Amino acid sequence: MIEIKNISKHYGDHVVLNDISLRFPKGKITSLIGSNGTGKSTLLSIMSRLLVQDNGEVFVNEKKNTDYKSAVLSQHLSILKQFNNIELKLTVKELVSFGRFPYSQGRLSEEDHEKIEETLGFLDLIELQDMYLEALSGGQRQRAYLAMVVAQDTEYILLDEPLNNLDMRHSVQIMKILRKLTEVLGKTIIVVLHDINFASHYSDYIAALKNGRVKYFGKANEIINEDILKDLFGISFCISQSNGKKLCNYFNHFN
Amino acid sequence: MIKALQKVSNKMLFNESTSASGVSSMKGNKLKIRHLLIALLLGASVVSIFVGVADISVFDILTGDADKLFLISASRFPRTISLVLAGIGMSVSGLIMQQLTRNKFVSPTTAGSLDAAQLGLLLGLILIPSAGTLMKGGFAFVFTFAASLLFLKIVDSIRIRNVIFVPLVGLMFGAILNSVATFFAINLNIVQDVNAWMMADFSGVLSGRYEMIYFSLPAVAITYLYANKFTLIGMGEDFSKNLGLNYRFVMNLGLFSVSLTLSAIVLTAGAIPFLGLVVPNLVTMIYGDNIKKVLPEIALFGAIFLLTCDIIGRLVIYPFEIPIGLMVGIVGGAIFLIMLLRRR
Repeated sequence: MIEIKNISKHYGDHVVLNDISLRFPKGKITSLIGSNGTGKSTLLSIMSRLLVQDNGEVFVNEKKNTDYKSAVLSQHLSILKQFNNIELKLTVKELVSFGRFPYSQGRLSEEDHEKIEETLGFLDLIELQDMYLEALSGGQRQRAYLAMVVAQDTEYILLDEPLNNLDMRHSVQIMKILRKLTEVLGKTIIVVLHDINFASHYSDYIAALKNGRVKYFGKANEIINEDILKDLFGISFCISQSNGKKLCNYFNHFN
Repeated sequence: MIKALQKVSNKMLFNESTSASGVSSMKGNKLKIRHLLIALLLGASVVSIFVGVADISVFDILTGDADKLFLISASRFPRTISLVLAGIGMSVSGLIMQQLTRNKFVSPTTAGSLDAAQLGLLLGLILIPSAGTLMKGGFAFVFTFAASLLFLKIVDSIRIRNVIFVPLVGLMFGAILNSVATFFAINLNIVQDVNAWMMADFSGVLSGRYEMIYFSLPAVAITYLYANKFTLIGMGEDFSKNLGLNYRFVMNLGLFSVSLTLSAIVLTAGAIPFLGLVVPNLVTMIYGDNIKKVLPEIALFGAIFLLTCDIIGRLVIYPFEIPIGLMVGIVGGAIFLIMLLRRR
């Protein structure tokens, strides 16, 4: 269980997060949605100890995240941020191998090697494993980064806009992988998404941020609602049903 | 369990075209090249021992000519071993600095570290003139460490984190340290001595006066033991922290190793420019940035490069010598220029 209590964060006078509390359901995908600048990325960074909050606490398995040794916490919780600029000339396999760092400190065991191979297969990277990252397309590289986090094999996975810069096919591919991670391996995934339809189709729960607070939280189907979305984004939505999932059309900005 | 998933995932196949061009080089080949480098290093070392004003041949060693054996043990061997250690130390330090700053153009020359070591040494001479070499070396080390910390602080707080801007700041930083050193040197009438440190020269390396350079060995050992952690540092703070790395500690450990190596080398031979910039860049360009994998090649190549420059410098205007700092400056500078021009 991952839980945040009374988290606040501000930069100067600008309040980014204002006393946020939330329990994230275990073994599910929870999407964080909201307009630009509502603090979604900040929240993920705080939850993963990359950023220090002004107030409040983060609990991972009923224990404060600051009470963990960093090396131990990295066996429970992983994060992939939005902008990943590794300028090092590393192969895909080398990058994925670093995902095992929390367990092996760089000396890979037999088990680590197995995990790396499995992950490469899981993310369909076998053929690309000896390629250098710099030689990959944006989508392939994103998949390689995700593979590193999957190899880290943590109970909780935090992803900040993993679909950034991906075309439709690769976006669908990544989201399907996330679904499998939760359904088969029981991972708890918290993901920042900008595409409301991906949130609607692939997440179990949605947390919507507005003005530094969690304004709405609930099952995906409940949150995808014309009034709620209008309140969140300030434009009108037309929601229809397709294969049992809600589909939002906002392209014409219906009034 | 993932195996089952694998099957599913293979069903939703996404066939991406795999171009052969980006595939990293094969392992067997790499081993061969490592053997070749070791052979080259041994060859260059032997040549280095036998090149010089006094004529020494293998025959003299076999017959046990006492004078010539003394020459070898007092001058030739110390010189060759210093060159090897300095070559290794400078290149490895350069590599570490590039990882710590995540910038390929940062090196002991372009981050003011060499200038710091020189100034530290000079201040040691002025402030504790009666102290032994070890104390003065220690003084230079502390000074280099402090200056490196300061440089990282400056890099952290400048807004423009441009690839070229960071080494530019480093060069300016170095120039300031250098001018402080020159100021003291002029006031104390020791400009010539100070200039001698600025331009490395191995002709003064003699038994009993060079042993400080062995201090660079533990630093290189640390680098090898922590190789994976330094690679992680190069991936950035967020990646390192996510993987549970003690970021601050490894940063400081890197600075410690670099400072120790540089002060040992500057104390023994003087500042060697460009080596820490050119060697790591050339090697990682071919073999990638996985430090554990490339460290041996970088160390070997650095030693061979310096030995070769030294041999050429000793032969060009024989029986006189071109200071090695100048030789490395010319060859390294040229290679660096070519590298810059080829970098798109």
